Amino acid sequence: MDRLLDVKNLTVKFALRRASLTAVNNVSFSLKKSERMGLVGESGAGKSVTGFSLINLISKPGYIDSGSIFFEGRKLIGLSDEEMRHIRGNHITMIFQDPMMTLNPVLTIGTQMVETLKAHGNDSTSKAEATAIDKLRQVQIPSPEKRLKQYPHEFSGGMRQRIVIAIALLTDPALIIADEPTTALDVTIQAEIMDLLITLCDSSRMGLLLITHDLGVVSEVTEKMAVMYAGKIVESGPTRSVINQPSHPYTRGLVKAIPGNIPPGDPLYQIPGMMPTLTDIPAGCSFHPRCAYAGKVCTTETPELISVTNKQSEAACHMISGRLPESDIGSLALHREPKPHSGELMA
Amino acid sequence: MNIDRGLLSVENLVKHFDISGGMLDQLSFEKGRLIRKRTTVKAVNQVSFTIHSGETLSVVGESGCGKSTLARTIMGLYPPNSGHVYYQAERIDHLSAHQMLPFRARMQMIFQDPYASLNPRKTVRQTLEEPLVFHHRGMSASMVKEKVAIVMDQVGVDPQWADRYPHEFSGGQRQRISIARALMVDPEFIVADEPVSALDVSIQAQILNLLMDAQEKRGLTYLFITHDLSVVAHISTRVAVMYLGTLCELAPTAELYAAPHHPYTQALLSAIPKLGRKKQKHIRLSGEVPTPIHLPSGCVFHGRCRYTDDRCRQEVPKLIRLSSGADVACHAVEEGRI
Repeated sequence: MDRLLDVKNLTVKFALRRASLTAVNNVSFSLKKSERMGLVGESGAGKSVTGFSLINLISKPGYIDSGSIFFEGRKLIGLSDEEMRHIRGNHITMIFQDPMMTLNPVLTIGTQMVETLKAHGNDSTSKAEATAIDKLRQVQIPSPEKRLKQYPHEFSGGMRQRIVIAIALLTDPALIIADEPTTALDVTIQAEIMDLLITLCDSSRMGLLLITHDLGVVSEVTEKMAVMYAGKIVESGPTRSVINQPSHPYTRGLVKAIPGNIPPGDPLYQIPGMMPTLTDIPAGCSFHPRCAYAGKVCTTETPELISVTNKQSEAACHMISGRLPESDIGSLALHREPKPHSGELMA
Repeated sequence: MNIDRGLLSVENLVKHFDISGGMLDQLSFEKGRLIRKRTTVKAVNQVSFTIHSGETLSVVGESGCGKSTLARTIMGLYPPNSGHVYYQAERIDHLSAHQMLPFRARMQMIFQDPYASLNPRKTVRQTLEEPLVFHHRGMSASMVKEKVAIVMDQVGVDPQWADRYPHEFSGGQRQRISIARALMVDPEFIVADEPVSALDVSIQAQILNLLMDAQEKRGLTYLFITHDLSVVAHISTRVAVMYLGTLCELAPTAELYAAPHHPYTQALLSAIPKLGRKKQKHIRLSGEVPTPIHLPSGCVFHGRCRYTDDRCRQEVPKLIRLSSGADVACHAVEEGRI
């Protein structure tokens, strides 16, 4: 079996007193063994909730409403807490954004690593320490034997994140979920951590689900990606093609909004408005109030993800499915931009 | 001697923070003897540059390199330990609060976190009126009101919302309000300390456009502090790279990105993730950034540099002007070893 992870129609809701909010709406994606995938979106898009729900880290008032998650052919939704604990930490591990928050400040690195191993197996302390040293070496921490006796505050930010990665590697997982692993780091350290993640995934045939808002990081680390907006995947496909030839107006806007693709000093492309809050997601396509191409159908019907002609990617847009008549493109756009050349639109 | 001091110039600016605490904290035993030790963070060391009218000078560097301290020292929020700050050739770093007043209206600041920089208990109108009323005491109430509406409109916030509180606005809108507050007194010079770092990409573009637009319409001069190198490439006239409180390189933007000279600049630029291209090898720096409490001798970068020799370990490199127009502080560049 080459399949590592299969997520189908996952919907995660949060039950509030008055209403229930849909944080993740009908999301489907899959990962092969040792594949690296990026989940991209702005704050509030639902990307972290998606990551958390894979290993059942959603706590009340949140709950998985519907959908299925298969990991190495095994159904994850519906497992008992005991069984889930076995998967989580053994087969799927997680790396979080802020290493100082992840590590316990009053325990040495060694204690924390041995503790993890003992919780997931019955290794003896000496054997667990040997594994810990081996993993620290893998994440390129110099003199790991000595470092094992040190506390988190004795390490720099980049070193701490390496230790967090080493802890995630302890049980030789098949999948690592990394939630903004480089966001708190400086750009030179970020580059090193990215290199490390790629090397580790390749050498130990590990899958990676990288959750980030940074298109640059996704572009360098992952092979495929999905873009989320207001709880839905609006576009997915091979990273290179999504970034170089984005199809969905939102993805296109995101890529164009990054400085560096146009002459310095020119006005940057801006997506007007902002992402809706979960309490008032617009009807139809949730992007339509910000979309320059919106027409009538966009306000009433929710577009499905469909494959884009001549591309390997999928996008959820009525313009791509052809449901939005050409004469109607942009007719309801609150914010217009100069009419795109037809070539650009479909290219 | 007539020196061109531009709109603002900084000469040999030094800012150290004493963190040794009280008398008792400073005492310690060493080899059986009681000694008193002071601990200082050397945040900014001998930094000099000139900002010309109408340009955007960006200061980039990683966390802890002293870029925010530099900005705040220039604005007079911290008194410098030594060195001078000149505004239109007039020295301002030693002025009293009262003498500083006329300069305060001409120099304004925008901060990183729009959640922390707006008073939550003041309406937008109160926040915006305050600097105006403070600096122009004779202004009539109706004129103040009118000015608030004009500036709010200019930054893209509907003036009808003036009586709302900051929590009713999103992050992007709050940053627009912070910008409006800076613009209220019609300043010439604005220091923007990481103004878009807390914002999402699509909102970041909106705010950058607003800043560039305001610069064009009002002829503003910016000192832009940021760690985001792609933002810098887009908006700056010149870029200054800082490392451990020291200026490594200062060059026109295109020049800096096309041909970085200082080894640190080269490493920094090679680490930027590139969109839609295959991952390129980046220059790896050995070791880590030393603490600004114990600065390395000589060139502060020597412990991590590939080109280090004895001179780098002993002698602090001076900023020298290259024929390309870049100013670089590096012995290896000066000697032609790079």
